[in-house]
Amino acid sequence: MASAMASSTGGALVTMRGVGVFRSRRWLIEGVDLTIRPGEIITLIGPNGSGKTTTAKTAIGVVSADAGSVERSRDLVVGYVPQKLAVDRSLPMTVSRMMTLTTRAGAPAVDEALERVGIRHLRKAQVHDLSGGEFQRALLARAMLRRPNLLVLDEPVQGVDFSGEIALYELISDLRESEGCAVLLISHDLHVVMAKTDRVVCLNGHVCCAGSPSSVAASPAYRQLFGARASEALALYRHDHDHTHLPDGQIAYGGHDHDAGACGGGGGGGDGHGHDHDHDHDHGHDHGPGRAHDPQGRHAALNGDPAPHPQDGAPAPRRASEHDHA
Amino acid sequence: MLDDFFVRALLAGLGIALVAGPLGCFVVWRRMAYFGDTMAHSALLGIALSLALDWSLLFSVFLISGLISMVLVLLQRRGGLSTDSLLGILSHSTLAIGLVSLAFMPWVRVDLLGYLFGDILAVTKSDLAVIWGGAVLVGVVLVLLWRPLLAGTVNAEIAAAEGQRPERARIAFMLVMAFVIAIAMKIVGILLITALLIIPAATARRFATSPEVMAVLAALIGGVASTGGLYLSLATNTPSGPSIVVAALALFLAALLPLPDLVGRLTSSRIREDTP
Repeated sequence: MASAMASSTGGALVTMRGVGVFRSRRWLIEGVDLTIRPGEIITLIGPNGSGKTTTAKTAIGVVSADAGSVERSRDLVVGYVPQKLAVDRSLPMTVSRMMTLTTRAGAPAVDEALERVGIRHLRKAQVHDLSGGEFQRALLARAMLRRPNLLVLDEPVQGVDFSGEIALYELISDLRESEGCAVLLISHDLHVVMAKTDRVVCLNGHVCCAGSPSSVAASPAYRQLFGARASEALALYRHDHDHTHLPDGQIAYGGHDHDAGACGGGGGGGDGHGHDHDHDHDHGHDHGPGRAHDPQGRHAALNGDPAPHPQDGAPAPRRASEHDHA
Repeated sequence: MLDDFFVRALLAGLGIALVAGPLGCFVVWRRMAYFGDTMAHSALLGIALSLALDWSLLFSVFLISGLISMVLVLLQRRGGLSTDSLLGILSHSTLAIGLVSLAFMPWVRVDLLGYLFGDILAVTKSDLAVIWGGAVLVGVVLVLLWRPLLAGTVNAEIAAAEGQRPERARIAFMLVMAFVIAIAMKIVGILLITALLIIPAATARRFATSPEVMAVLAALIGGVASTGGLYLSLATNTPSGPSIVVAALALFLAALLPLPDLVGRLTSSRIREDTP
């Protein structure tokens, strides 16, 4: 059923239509549509077991589809960095030897690839002796040495500390810029990734929602999956946002919330309202106790919203209309 | 020269050791020691088949060992039981079926001990031709198979994603192993074949910095073990197969001595120094 023909891909590297994968008596993914075009960064997000890795593996043909179709461009060259890789200690392997695992390359090309990720000095080291970050860089260099037009990275910052994580994402972004390859990235690391990505596909066995980072963060399906905190994390990293997504699915415009909050605090004087805004500024909208300070009836009336917000830490004070009042 | 039984034995041992070394490296890297044992045990069923149908011994053993490895692949795909449990079932049931079948053929007089522990001193000129012909064939296949097999050993997913077809390489590797077991059976016997695969490779690991170096070293160490074991057998009048394994073990133990460790430390510190 699943085909891997190169025809009619319309310039896309990979086109998946209604793809399902059935293993161990259940569907790991179902009805997944995904198109990967040259040069774009796509991030797959989703909870554990949502089929992120399965989707990526099906796209590049490591896993075969049981339903739907997968079309791959004839000149697709994949560079793959898998989620887990442990080279058995019984297998001696230098970093430079690992570079040519699936491809031929001369020593200068290998050195250059290692230089690109900043670990040329480790070329004679055994891969077992590398730190987590060094090993991930080596894997990245190995994948790039193939000059892929599609780089697939499955949770590439696992086992890397926070500063190394940011450096690694910057490296990936740089490599994309210089090599022009498409990147299919799997991550649970919403905030760091989203700033760099062109398109986000949110999975939970099927495609919940897909689109630009901000439109995905706005979608109710995404919120249901990750909760309000997830989009909050996004907001923290994207300071150019012009609106805020509320947990109840509404959108508040003019949302320079931090500034507005400060204004509210100043204008409100010492009536307890200001405290609420300061709190809000620090922690976003996930704070039940702060809400208790608020005279609830007043807010409801001011919003023209008779029903209290069901979500804990309701964002009412953050709404633009609120600050008009203050 | 070939008229001397001892020269024939030496050459046969060398031929087997040269391919068993590199092959054994993959067995070690892929943690397939038990798999090697299983295929070797199933060879007894192959012997029974050969005697019952009057087929060639080499062909029958290769056929059964190959079949058993394919059965394993199918059972693994089915899932549910771990590979070592599956191997335990296959290994001992094929050995048992082999012995039971032999008992059903009372007209056949078998030198069971010869099959179990090998009889290298009875190697004929045609055996030698089969061993060396087979060794060259296996060597060529291994060279062709090297990149996909090694890539699949490091990580099957990378290999699959990057067009190396690791599953095909794995099945080809199993068949090569069945073939080597079929030609090596006469030398060290069913019960000791795995030792010839694993011990030289494990010994080579201590001195190797790359997979290729380890494979070459394993072949050389296997050759030394085979030759040394045969001379030991000649000098002390001990059975040849076990003597070869004892020699291999002696080399392995010698490699555990601190001297190579010191050499390793010196070379690795030099590598550290010339890094910027």
